[in-house]
Amino acid sequence: MSSSLSEKIFRTILGAFGVFIVLLMFSVAIFLTVGAWPVIRHGLSDFVQTQTWNPVNGQFGALAVLFGTLVSSSIAIAIAAPLGVGAAIFLKELAPARVASVFSFLIEMLAAVPSVIFGLWGFFVLAPAIRDHVAPIFYPLGEYVPIFRGPSYGVGILTAGVVLALMILPTMAAIVREIFSAVPQHQREAALGLGSTRWEAVRVAVLAPSKPGILSAAVLATARALGETMAVTMVIGNRNAVSLSLFDPGQSMASLIANEYAEASDSRHIAALMAVGLLLLVISLVVNAVARIIAKRSAAKWK
Amino acid sequence: MEIATKKLLLEFMVTTQAKRKRKNIFANLVLSILAILAVSPLVAILGFLISKGIGALSWEFLTSLPAPYGESGGGMGHSIVGTFILVLFASLLGIPVGFGAGIFLAESSKESRFASIVRLCAEMLAGVPSIVVGLFAYFVAVLPFGGFSAFAGGFALSVIMIPVIARTSEEILRLVPVHVREAGLALGLPRWQVVMRIVLRGSRKGLFTAVLLAVARASGETAPLLFTALNSRLWSFSATQPISSLPVQIYTYATSPSEEWHQQAWGGALLLVLLVLGMSLFARFLFSGKKYGT
Amino acid sequence: MEHNGSYSGHNGSYSSHNGHVSLVGHGDNFESQTILESKDLDAWFGSHHVVKSVSLHFFSRTVSAIIGPSGCGKSTFLRCLNRMHEEIPGARAKGVVNFQGKNIYDMFSEPANVRRHIGMVFQKPNPFPAMSIFENVIIGLKLAGVKKGYVLNDIAEACLKQVGLWDEVKDKLSAPGLSLSGGQQQRLCIARALAMAPEVILMDEPTSALDPISTARIEELLVELKKTVSIVIVTHNMQQAARISDTTAFLLSGDLVEFGRTGEIFTNPRKSETERYITGRFG
Repeated sequence: MSSSLSEKIFRTILGAFGVFIVLLMFSVAIFLTVGAWPVIRHGLSDFVQTQTWNPVNGQFGALAVLFGTLVSSSIAIAIAAPLGVGAAIFLKELAPARVASVFSFLIEMLAAVPSVIFGLWGFFVLAPAIRDHVAPIFYPLGEYVPIFRGPSYGVGILTAGVVLALMILPTMAAIVREIFSAVPQHQREAALGLGSTRWEAVRVAVLAPSKPGILSAAVLATARALGETMAVTMVIGNRNAVSLSLFDPGQSMASLIANEYAEASDSRHIAALMAVGLLLLVISLVVNAVARIIAKRSAAKWK
Repeated sequence: MEIATKKLLLEFMVTTQAKRKRKNIFANLVLSILAILAVSPLVAILGFLISKGIGALSWEFLTSLPAPYGESGGGMGHSIVGTFILVLFASLLGIPVGFGAGIFLAESSKESRFASIVRLCAEMLAGVPSIVVGLFAYFVAVLPFGGFSAFAGGFALSVIMIPVIARTSEEILRLVPVHVREAGLALGLPRWQVVMRIVLRGSRKGLFTAVLLAVARASGETAPLLFTALNSRLWSFSATQPISSLPVQIYTYATSPSEEWHQQAWGGALLLVLLVLGMSLFARFLFSGKKYGT
Repeated sequence: MEHNGSYSGHNGSYSSHNGHVSLVGHGDNFESQTILESKDLDAWFGSHHVVKSVSLHFFSRTVSAIIGPSGCGKSTFLRCLNRMHEEIPGARAKGVVNFQGKNIYDMFSEPANVRRHIGMVFQKPNPFPAMSIFENVIIGLKLAGVKKGYVLNDIAEACLKQVGLWDEVKDKLSAPGLSLSGGQQQRLCIARALAMAPEVILMDEPTSALDPISTARIEELLVELKKTVSIVIVTHNMQQAARISDTTAFLLSGDLVEFGRTGEIFTNPRKSETERYITGRFG
């Protein structure tokens, strides 16, 4: 075989794998669109504005799960962002090397824990703790502020948000640490050379230029939270309704599909679940893309 | 700057020294508390898993089928076997395709338009929620074949594995120094032989790590299996039958009303975590330096 | 900065015990005030001993050069003079560095306070990328709690004028610091250091990343600056040391080989290693 022919064959085979990846991604989108077609051909605006989800009499609206997904993910990032950034600052900038490597290792391991394990722990440990110890503190406040209205059953939007926070925390911490690592040492020294304290040097030389990167990390972590399924399914309470109280049970897009798909037999029901899946796919991809755009814009600052 | 201004400035800065120092100490304190908070969930989760799960682990647990509802005893042997079978199926498709795409990306020039489309698709694929992968696999591998099956579950897991392997292996192959390739080409070897014999060989540890990470990830996935592999209460070695897996079985047990089954769920969870963290640890140990040729 | 008397009431944390030191054996009596001196200073990276018992004097209102082949420990030595060396993991220093008669390695001495008096300019121009030209100059003061806008404006203008950058940037003070050319960036960094009103500025090969024209401007600037601030400069460029410095120290593998007035060192070195180095036979 001539070497140029073998070269060609090699390139073609590799190219075929590349084509496969592209086809795979497109077919995910296409199959979901086809599956959801009976619902989305009437337009999505009704679908996303209807709150009722009742398979028995064939009413399908995605408002409740959209709400549940957005609120639980927002709680998650509100907790995970400060924790992740704080941990990253401590580990990368302040802690002694040995402490930092132990902590980093533990955070890395947290990232490897499967979703169902978080769900199990959230369901048996965290949910009762929130029901018995956290929620009662807020009950008096709940009379005036609806988001704290009780009672808490343990499982609910807040519990889901907290579990999600733990799950996206390693992503957050790891990306932010990478961003800090990209800041050249001479920047820190420039700040220290002006007589700043360690903390001031971190603020001026490390945090300030990393702001866009941190934002991008937070968006990326949120994207992960939006699509997270098992842990949420186990702790969110699985009730298809919009409720203002964080202690109330709710439902996310992913948990709705996980709960109902295997038992769905009516074709309208399946199509509606597919439409929820499509919606989730589109939201995830858009949020991921936003994170990537922010990251690209802020990258390549250091020469 | 005027000498007088200078002196005033220096004196003023002395007045703020103590405050700045206090702020520094306070910030250090707050940040170290945040860091401790960030690692405490892992410790808490592992602690609970061990304390609740260790009692459930036994030879019977590892080797037998579940006991009927309400009876104690029984085990998750069928789920352990099921997880291995599912991951095996997933690897059969996921590893070659993942590597193929990874090599393609690493071998194509940074400017190539097609390669950047492939890279973008791989990144998007990695961002697809796992439950959506399940829906997709249901359409592709369940509906046309008339039922839930181990094969469909394996397919779903492979879709999870492919972008992980592709992206990690590209990264690893890009670490190969240019002079290694050039040395091979200078010997008159065609490019495909340089890649297959020299580049891949030198990176084999890194590539193995990529597989290990993807397998660890796939072994813990639940959502894509819910309506592809489904679950089973029996031993199953067939590709065309529903099959049990550790994560799905844990989920089923955890959401059941039976106290005995909760026990089983904790035992299964401990086992799953040992398996997944073990693989991640091994991967980390193998490839801590991220250097070529190690 | 508060403008209502909070200036008064506090004395600087350093009293002046300025010693008088003469360099004996150098013909005419070179005599000046010592502002900074190291005594038996050692420094390590891990187990690597990079500075070996170096004792040196630096005089007020002079430019002092430290020369030597790469890896001789000159940068490390310089970084020990304001306790910057210890910021690198695994690095440590032992010995005495007296600034205006007080040991900066004293256990009660804060590195941050030391660096407020002994500023630093680095090899690569390193303005803060997220900040404008103006913010870059006054960031040190801002951190120190100076808040009054007109004070900051005045000081920024004075410092930018001092480094000869004012006319070039006065119309674009809010442009990013990184929008300037390399030489301008380095002058901006010098202005940033000057704004803290330091007594000494340490410079670690400040022109090695610059083109010859920018280098010449910085050299002129240093000669001008020494009227108000003492400068210690590490350089691998011997012509530069000869052109701008008053005293020169020659380091070789962590040892101080020779120290004296620049003219003497370059025309009449006492040690053969010095002679071989400055005549270009090694290094």
